[in-house]
Amino acid sequence: MSLVYQGADQPVTALQDINLTIERGAFVSFIGPSGCGKTTLMRAVADLEHPTSGSLLVNGVTPEAARLDRAYGYVFQAPALYPWRRIEANVRLPLEVMGFDKAEHAERAKRYLKLVGLEGFERKFPWQLSGGMQQRASIARALCFEPELLLMDEPFGALDEITRDRLNEELLRLWRTTRKTVIFVTHSIAEAAFLSSKIVVMSARPGRIVKIIDNDAPPERTLDWRESPQFLDVAHQLREALNEGHAHDI
Amino acid sequence: MTSEALMAPPAAPGLFRRLAAGRVFPVLAIVAAIIVIWLAGAIWLNAPQIEDAYQRAGQPLDFATLVHEGWNAKRPVLPSPQQVVTDLWNSLTLSPTSKRSLVYHATITGSAALSGFALGSLLGIVLAIAIVHVRRLDLSLMPWVITSQTIPILAIAPMIVVVLGNLGLTGLIPKAIISMYLCFFPVTIGLVKGLRSPDPLQMDLMRTYSASSRQVLTKLRWPAALPYLFAGLKVAIAISLVGAIVGELPTGAQAGLGSRLLAGSYFGQTVQIWSALFVASFLGTALVALVGLAEWMVRRSMGGRLT
Repeated sequence: MSLVYQGADQPVTALQDINLTIERGAFVSFIGPSGCGKTTLMRAVADLEHPTSGSLLVNGVTPEAARLDRAYGYVFQAPALYPWRRIEANVRLPLEVMGFDKAEHAERAKRYLKLVGLEGFERKFPWQLSGGMQQRASIARALCFEPELLLMDEPFGALDEITRDRLNEELLRLWRTTRKTVIFVTHSIAEAAFLSSKIVVMSARPGRIVKIIDNDAPPERTLDWRESPQFLDVAHQLREALNEGHAHDI
Repeated sequence: MTSEALMAPPAAPGLFRRLAAGRVFPVLAIVAAIIVIWLAGAIWLNAPQIEDAYQRAGQPLDFATLVHEGWNAKRPVLPSPQQVVTDLWNSLTLSPTSKRSLVYHATITGSAALSGFALGSLLGIVLAIAIVHVRRLDLSLMPWVITSQTIPILAIAPMIVVVLGNLGLTGLIPKAIISMYLCFFPVTIGLVKGLRSPDPLQMDLMRTYSASSRQVLTKLRWPAALPYLFAGLKVAIAISLVGAIVGELPTGAQAGLGSRLLAGSYFGQTVQIWSALFVASFLGTALVALVGLAEWMVRRSMGGRLT
């Protein structure tokens, strides 16, 4: 699959010859330098961009069909909460839009806010919450309509490292309990190595896949696992692949 | 600085300082300055006719007499504040149904302005929603919306009155329509900008939900546009009053603040003109405050952090 933008003066090849299959229930991370097309690839999966050649199937159907089927929840780089809605109302937003039974709204919002650890903040407005809490609310919003696929675009990129570590652990727990397929975009080696069952390393101009690394991390891992030889090995492989991808540039 | 100096409680500010820091004092200072200039202006502008009268009568004129006569002239060029206040008081304490009561005239003009404001806002909102959703309307309608306001209202008002009068519509309706013509514009311009104000991420979110454009409008565009809408509504309600008053001028209307202004200038009753002007400005302030109150209530229900 390829995706070419019509740039101002010349066409820009954002993605070239991408060939990839993601298994159901996998946690796949895309890592690479800025401009390597990892966000574009995810937006193509979400039907927010359209490949110029090749084909892309999400759960066996076109991205558009998958979007109309409400098959995925998207977590953006910024929380993108609506400032005029309370946290609970923000989480209910997809339920309202998708026409879920009214009786279910409150129960689902409560359940998913609890899952992301935001019990007791239902009545707050977004500006009353920290950045980390806002991002957790946006994760609850993506989960509450129970999509099969979770797309996360550098969701913790704007957060400090302490908050990011804690949310990484929570995300891992969520993935274990819900068994959703997660596609995760990051530019942090530690984050990719810690979270993923499969890591796709990309390089820039044009965006292409350099290497795919399988990560057989123990399912019940905590942050301590980042000191294990296995983690260090994966992180090392990642760094090598990223350097290799970079070498083509120069 | 020593630690003692840091620990010492701050001296209680004096009354004058507290007033100067507040909001009331600056406003009062300007009011005082205006009154002083006004009083001086009344003497200066009325002096020629007083001097003339005394000269013809062959009487000497000292400064104290000039001041007294200048502030109490029968047909002043510029009436003094106390003359206007007295006239205001007299006309406001009359029975509100009396033809000389300014409350009566303000009610007539105010109801025309409010009708025009309601019609104009509705038209403005409908136009803005159409312009944002239909690209062709954006290209075809928007230039006309802007052109409509380049024609002076004084030029169109008599035309509207004549045409509608021919159709048998008189009284409130022509005035409300002239008001509407002025009102819809700030509402449309503000709301178009507001409806386009959601950032790309907020729009993408709706797309990932496969939301219909009606849902995008009600759940995202409209709430995001409210601060812009209220900015437009405040301008609209202020000019709705201008529209209603202008609408009263060409008809030779028997009632309304516009007719009071016109009658005052026909008969050289400057005090009457100034009184009507003051009532018009009170009415305008009250109308704008009404929109401000509505905005405050909406803002509070939306988290109070909208700019």
